[in-house]
Formats: sequence, structure tokens, C-alpha cells
Amino acid sequence: MRFIDEFRDAETAQGYAQLIKNITTRPWIIMEICGGQTHSIVKFGIESLLPEMISLVHGPGCPVCVTPLEIIDKAIAIASRPDVIFTSFGDMLRVPGSKKDLLAVKAEGGDVRMLYSPLDAVKIARQNPEKKVVFFAVGFETTAPANAMAVHEAKRQGINNFSILSSHVLVPPAVEVILSSPTNRVQGLLAAGHVCTVMGFEEYVPLAERYKIPIVVTGFEPVDILQGIYMTVKQLEEGRCEVENQYARSVRRKGNVPAQNLLKEVFAVTDRKWRGIGEIPASGYRLSDEYAAYDAEKLFGVESIEVQEASVCIAGQVLQGMKKPRECPAFGKECNPEHPLGAPMVSSEGACAAYYHYGRINAEQTVS
Amino acid sequence: MCLAIPGKVLSIEKDAQPIMGNVSFAGINRRVCLEWLPDVQVGEYVLVHVGFALSKVDEKEAQKTLDILKQIDGGLDEVRDVNCA
Repeated sequence: MRFIDEFRDAETAQGYAQLIKNITTRPWIIMEICGGQTHSIVKFGIESLLPEMISLVHGPGCPVCVTPLEIIDKAIAIASRPDVIFTSFGDMLRVPGSKKDLLAVKAEGGDVRMLYSPLDAVKIARQNPEKKVVFFAVGFETTAPANAMAVHEAKRQGINNFSILSSHVLVPPAVEVILSSPTNRVQGLLAAGHVCTVMGFEEYVPLAERYKIPIVVTGFEPVDILQGIYMTVKQLEEGRCEVENQYARSVRRKGNVPAQNLLKEVFAVTDRKWRGIGEIPASGYRLSDEYAAYDAEKLFGVESIEVQEASVCIAGQVLQGMKKPRECPAFGKECNPEHPLGAPMVSSEGACAAYYHYGRINAEQTVS
Repeated sequence: MCLAIPGKVLSIEKDAQPIMGNVSFAGINRRVCLEWLPDVQVGEYVLVHVGFALSKVDEKEAQKTLDILKQIDGGLDEVRDVNCA
């Protein structure tokens, strides 16, 4: 596949790995923010190509993982109603709520449907005027414009039986929580390439300056990630802390302005609770006042549902790069993808699940 | 979840609201929203996430990532020598 295969080329990947070895003189700790990057790093054995002095820690960029338990319970409460068609991306269906998941609701007779695109939910609403159609709108800045377009289209087409359960999260406030922590050990950041296709990367410039840390916007294929690490290490070794763009084939400095304009129209920034981390001020989107009529939480009266998280796992520390999955005593034992105790084991992009799935071949594997 | 795949634009429905088009992903065609790329042309590559094109893929920039090794002191040849040493 064009623009994918050539960025998985083993020789090019090894070339960048060699460049990293050539310039590394000291130990450095680098965090990749996005769960998709974590997945690639573990799947392609990228750590095995790096000098021992370079440590990668994994960030909180997995929207499935950081969606709070109480939002899952709200989704289950709404999806269980006989007058509702509940629609969602596939990733969210098997995330356990405090008692069951959305697939169990479907098995019990609930009308729960997996969608490819949020626009499909609007179409289902148009075709089923006697039902209330709800879309589970989760995601980072990459996904938020698509979800916003669904609400915008419902309004434009005068569709009144459509609403969204919104749990959108934003990357820069979470990055700031990590970098401002007194226990922070992250020295360089790989910013999430696809988030930046929408938002651009100017909002990372003040973070790089304030926390004296290099930030490199990075893609998702092995060659991208290795080039991103190379650019980060080069900055660290030269004592620079700038925002650079490895993923220039897809990311522009200002991002996608029409998509940003739609976000501003449909959503407003709000405080959000992150699973495993807690509440972060101004770290998510809610519907703007103009679109408040499409808010499923209000329509179905589930705003008051609150759940306490089980505190046996170290998910919060893993999501903030303080610990690696294998440092958790429950990892791979009582906590596994079939029975996750914590958020990062839930999604395949969660750090714990990625380690679980690919961990056994980690030692010998190289890019192929 | 932020997975996005590059595909080639085959057709554009400029009058659709929002603007839609057919995009080929290695031979598999899908209908994609092109509303946020007003100047996109048939034949160009776009990065698609959950049915929405988020950005155009710049071929020159893509090539730079692949070419950079050739520009650095002998590039891949040197890498091969080091690996064989």
C-alpha cells in the first residue's frame, strides 16, 4: 500500500536505528503520546533496534483507555432502553463497565450497532424516525471533527431523533499534566501525528518552551517512529528544545482549518475526567450551547451516574509514563485482555494490551 | 483509535453536502467525506480517518523521509558497512 509499505522498509528502518546509535552519548527517556504509536513500537520491536541508553515510555493517547468507567455505564444505561438504537465505533463495545459491556447489552436484545463512520449514525436516525439514535462520540482531536460533522448534519437535515454521548479528550492538557509533575522523567516527546493533522502543532510550542523539552510530531509506521526518535535525540544531544515535524507528508503547521472551525461551532472546551489519571481542567469537548439539544446525557437523564474505579492496578502510572506494564504485579496474571483490571489492558492500543499481545516475541523481533 | 489510512481520490462530488468522493485504498473503494480539503484533486492521496479525509499526503515530503539517509555521509552504504563490521 502506497505511503505505508515504504515506511515499513527494514533497510530504511535500520538506517535510522544506526543514525540514532551514532549520535547517542547519554541516557534519554522519550515518551510517545499516541496509543497507535505504542502499538507500532511493540508490534515491530522498535525498542530492540535502539541503543540501551534510549528508553521509550508510553503516554495516555488511547481514547478507549482513558474514557472513564462512568461514561461506559452511562452508555450501557442508554443502550439498554428499548426505544434506542445505540451506535458506536467497534473499539468501545467490549470495554467493561462496572457490571457488563455493550456487547452484553446487545446479547440481551439491545439494538447496539458498530459503525465505520459517525455519518452512518445520522443515516440510521433518518431511516428509523420512531427510534432514538445515539452515537457514542469518543476520541481525541483526530476523531472529534468527524463526530462534530454528524451533529452538524443532523441539525442541518432537521433530524431530531439523533444525539451523542460525548467523551472527547484533548492531548495538550494531558501532556502538561505529565510534564508538570514533580515525578516527571520524560525528556523528549513524540507528538501524535494524526491529532496534529487536525490541530497543527503551534499549541505545542509553548509547552516545549515552558518545560524545556523537544517535541517532534511523528507518524505511525516504523520508519516514521525511528526518524522521530532520531530527531528527538539529536535535539537532546545538541541541547535544543524545539517543536519539529517528522510527519510533514501529512501534517501542516496550522493543521486543517475547516475542521477546526467546525469543532469551534459544535463543541466547547470543558473539564474532563481521564480514566486512570483523574480530572484534568479544560481537557475535553462538550456540545456547545447551540447544539445542546443533541446531548444524550441530558436527554436520557444519566448525568448523575458516578462510579468509583477499582484501585488495584497501576494504570495511572503507566498512562503517565512513570511505570512500564511489566512492573505491575497483576500484568498478564489476574489482569489480561479477557479480564482487564485497568484501562491500558482494555484496548489493543493500550500499553498493557500491546505488551500482552506482542510481548512474547519482543526480544528477537526486528522490523520486517 | 486515531488510525488513519492513505488512499487515492478517484472522484469528487462537489455538489454533495458535505462534499463526498470515492477513495481507493489499495483497490478497495470507499465513499469518504472531502469537505475539509476544498482544493483536493482527483489522483491526489489523502489521509482518511473514520470516513473523513483529514489532510493531503505530500509526495515530496514523503520522499524526504526516505531519502534523508542518502544525504548523510554515505547514508545507507555506511550503515551497511557498520552492520557488517
